[in-house]
Amino acid sequence: MAYDKFTLLKSTAVPLPIENVDTDQIIPARFLKATERKGFGDNLFRDWRYDGDGNPKADFVLNDPTYSGKILVAGKNFGSGSSREHAAWAIYDYGFRCVVSSFFADIFKNNSLNVGILPVQVSPEFLDKLFQAIIANPGTELEVSLPDQLIRIVDTNESESFEINSYKKHNLMNGFDDIDYLQAMKEDIFAFAEKSRY
Amino acid sequence: MSKKSTTLFDKVWDAHVVREIEDGPDILFIDRHFIHEVTSPVAFLGLKNRGLKVMFPEKTFATADHNTPTINQHLPVQDPLSAKQLEALENNTAKYGISHWGLGNPRNGIVHVIGPENGITLPGMTIVCGDSHTSTHGAFGAIAFGIGTSEVEMVLSSQCIMQPKPKKMRINVNGKLGWGITPKDVALYIISKLTTAGATGYFVEYAGEVFRDMSMEGRMTVCNMSIEMGARGGMVAPDETTFSYIKGREKAPTGQAWDDALAYWKTLKSDEDAVFDMEYHFDAADIEPMITYGTNPGMGIGISQSIPTAEEAGGGKASFEKALNYMGFNESEPMLGKKVDYVFIGSCTNGRIEDFRAFASVVKGRKKADHITAWIVPGSHVVEKQIREEGIYDILTEAGFQLRQPGCSACLAMNDDKIPAGKYAVSTSNRNFEGRQGPGSRTLLASPLVAAAAAVTGVVTDPRELLAQQELVQA
Repeated sequence: MAYDKFTLLKSTAVPLPIENVDTDQIIPARFLKATERKGFGDNLFRDWRYDGDGNPKADFVLNDPTYSGKILVAGKNFGSGSSREHAAWAIYDYGFRCVVSSFFADIFKNNSLNVGILPVQVSPEFLDKLFQAIIANPGTELEVSLPDQLIRIVDTNESESFEINSYKKHNLMNGFDDIDYLQAMKEDIFAFAEKSRY
Repeated sequence: MSKKSTTLFDKVWDAHVVREIEDGPDILFIDRHFIHEVTSPVAFLGLKNRGLKVMFPEKTFATADHNTPTINQHLPVQDPLSAKQLEALENNTAKYGISHWGLGNPRNGIVHVIGPENGITLPGMTIVCGDSHTSTHGAFGAIAFGIGTSEVEMVLSSQCIMQPKPKKMRINVNGKLGWGITPKDVALYIISKLTTAGATGYFVEYAGEVFRDMSMEGRMTVCNMSIEMGARGGMVAPDETTFSYIKGREKAPTGQAWDDALAYWKTLKSDEDAVFDMEYHFDAADIEPMITYGTNPGMGIGISQSIPTAEEAGGGKASFEKALNYMGFNESEPMLGKKVDYVFIGSCTNGRIEDFRAFASVVKGRKKADHITAWIVPGSHVVEKQIREEGIYDILTEAGFQLRQPGCSACLAMNDDKIPAGKYAVSTSNRNFEGRQGPGSRTLLASPLVAAAAAVTGVVTDPRELLAQQELVQA
């Protein structure tokens, strides 16, 4: 599915200083029953965001009008557990384009890149710095440059570089996806399948 | 020129690389693709929108398991959204010519149970499914891992997937497991040592005496839980145990094809001097029946131990306190004797016949505790049939338990099998995340033996005590 190209993102950020946020929290299983990809943002962090009667929980950050933005900054090991791509869809649909953490679960990282979300892995020290800056001043802007592979706190100009392989970087910057690439090499795949053992 | 020493993982991976992208992922050919009703509809929609075909429909196998009811499966599915997903799977598989063992089919069951059961899963294969517990199939010496829906669409349309090659880890457990210690305990023990993210970025090979001695079903339980420490997958080198499990199963090779396959499968092991990026060694004697006390599978302890303090547990104090607060537990409390409300045995982790035999070994001659609600859910119709044929069904019903129909059930609570808010469930499944088994549910992960002990006593109990009494009675 097509997604917006990603080059430079300058935005305030939403802090979620919790570790091991699993994909069941990002979107609980009972909201995986759609046969189309739409509306998942409404149920992002559903059980942390709303009580059993559907009322917003005041203490959850997405219900706190102080914080907003297109960047989610989260504690280490973000996105563990279930492979549900719905978690990435929900984050994208809610309006986030970038998730920053000191560590990501593998499947979530792949899913994010496939739907147009940039996962930015920073050092634990820089993550702490981000949390402190955002919580001290919720208007703190972050700038994420994909071409430069750099994340920067705009006010203080403190920055850190991040890793991404050049194939995925190229895809994200141009809005390409893997299926386009694979379709273009079908002959090679058929040839490979000919000598496949199974 | 001497050949470079490689690992089991390298041998299987390298045999499937169609192309390497420079500073990018490898393009990996996929031998077997499993799909189910929940993570496939949007992938099929993507195919339709792009006007693409399924490249090799005969390499994909579909089952309905995640949202299906576990009672009255002969009736129409009540929940309209679940029914719509099941209908979509039915239509999509028919349209593209994909084998589909849907509700009511005698071979229906949980995707990671029916693959091995029918000989679809074989050593040396690459296997994917839009489900993180696809790691289960690694028990056969296959590279098997979970994928997202975009990747399901990739595999349907090109039989390939793009993956950066993971690093390699070997986990050795040597010695003999004590009496009453099961593969689930081994898995929970390893995860408690490595933490929930300890193997992220790695593919694991399980090696050593404990895994050599383990049955195929036990190996599946261990490989299944690999994702719970962050690993994409885990594998065990195939051996005589593997080959005798596979032989004669419906889709397994026969005749000359079997001989050829066997000759190849026997080469699938790590070279003696193969180097791993990370290696761990554990002693089987240190493992006791395990139980979790927190909200990720790494938060597990031996059943006789007390809940650690935040300092003892390591990691972030705030996250630890959040977990204990959710569970309604305190630091330093013992787990033994804690009241339990629900017991669930089933899932792709512990829904095979050996698991029900273990459960029945404790339950036999006892009664379900009055306040316990128990959900006994076989992993497939084949397992259900075995339960009846082996007399396990009679043991269960005499003890006051009811056998349900196959499906993922309370493991992820997409159907009606939801643990109510605030209630405690001892569960043989794989995840104790907040709300995993229903909003507000509190999960204690454990083996089928520990689940059975809780089911008959109503509290967290060391199953070895009950098994010892059982032996005394029988003597």
